[in-house]
Amino acid sequence: MPSSCSANGARDLAVSHSSVFVTTFLAAAVEVIEMVIIVVGVGSVRGWRSTWLGAGGGLAVLAVLVLAFGAALTAVPIGALRLVVGSLLLVFGLQWLRKGIGRVGANGLRGMGERPAPGEGVPGHGVDWTAFVLSFKGVLLEGLEVAFIVVSFGLAAQALPSAALGAAAALVVIAGAGLLARGVVQRVPRSALQLLVGTLLSSFGTFWAVEGLGVAWPGSDAAILVLVGWYLLAAAGYVGVLRRRAHRLVAQEAGR
Amino acid sequence: MTMILRWLTGFGRFWYGFIIGDDWTVAATVAMALVVTWLLHTAAVAAWWLPPLAAVAVVGVSLRRAGW
Repeated sequence: MPSSCSANGARDLAVSHSSVFVTTFLAAAVEVIEMVIIVVGVGSVRGWRSTWLGAGGGLAVLAVLVLAFGAALTAVPIGALRLVVGSLLLVFGLQWLRKGIGRVGANGLRGMGERPAPGEGVPGHGVDWTAFVLSFKGVLLEGLEVAFIVVSFGLAAQALPSAALGAAAALVVIAGAGLLARGVVQRVPRSALQLLVGTLLSSFGTFWAVEGLGVAWPGSDAAILVLVGWYLLAAAGYVGVLRRRAHRLVAQEAGR
Repeated sequence: MTMILRWLTGFGRFWYGFIIGDDWTVAATVAMALVVTWLLHTAAVAAWWLPPLAAVAVVGVSLRRAGW
């Protein structure tokens, strides 16, 4: 009888650990996808060296925070952090969105399939601080959210190692997929890429800034997809207006 | 002293470019939209729709101002 009880207990424990692993993997994957989108997008537009430096810096600060605070990490004011990071991403994302719309409106999708030239305003040597800051903030904020998930799920289920393993697995799988996607993303023309990354930064920025104010989004994290659709739709509308105006000007010039 | 001053100027210029860029109205509209969203939220009005609406509107205005 005691051996049957201990077998049941061990099975329950294994089930509990595997369910914590799966739950943490899925929850962390959502955050890691956001992190990887920002890093791949910024790296493709501004260059990789400073983007990797920013991502590495974000991970290093995150590691220090996790080691210093441990389970007390949940005391970090994530709402204020979301508001600050979200507002900055939104403001910067809208600048890229605007430039991307202007360039696609003026030139269309010329250069599709060619390797993009180095971006405008990207320093030829030294650190590109724009790429560094964008990548750093994206990695730090999303990394902190992953750490919160690990701590809260792990402590609630008393299975911290399984929760940490689940999050680590999500990071490896999604970051690997991001690295594979890098080659494809780099073949998109710079103007279209700037428009696309501007859309993504504006969407994440809007989501985090509003969440940071304490306002709940309908549909929770799924609202990010709606925001991406909203900004893409608006961008397509503006590009259409600019293309029509450009064609009209060309026709007028030809008519003279 | 000169090096610190140069570093501070560079730091300030970087954040000015990052936040303000070449059209200050974008950052100002975003800031205003977030303040109004927060005020509406404190008055128990759901205002999640305001920042995305304001963002799209200011992009249109900014494109027009830039002559694109």
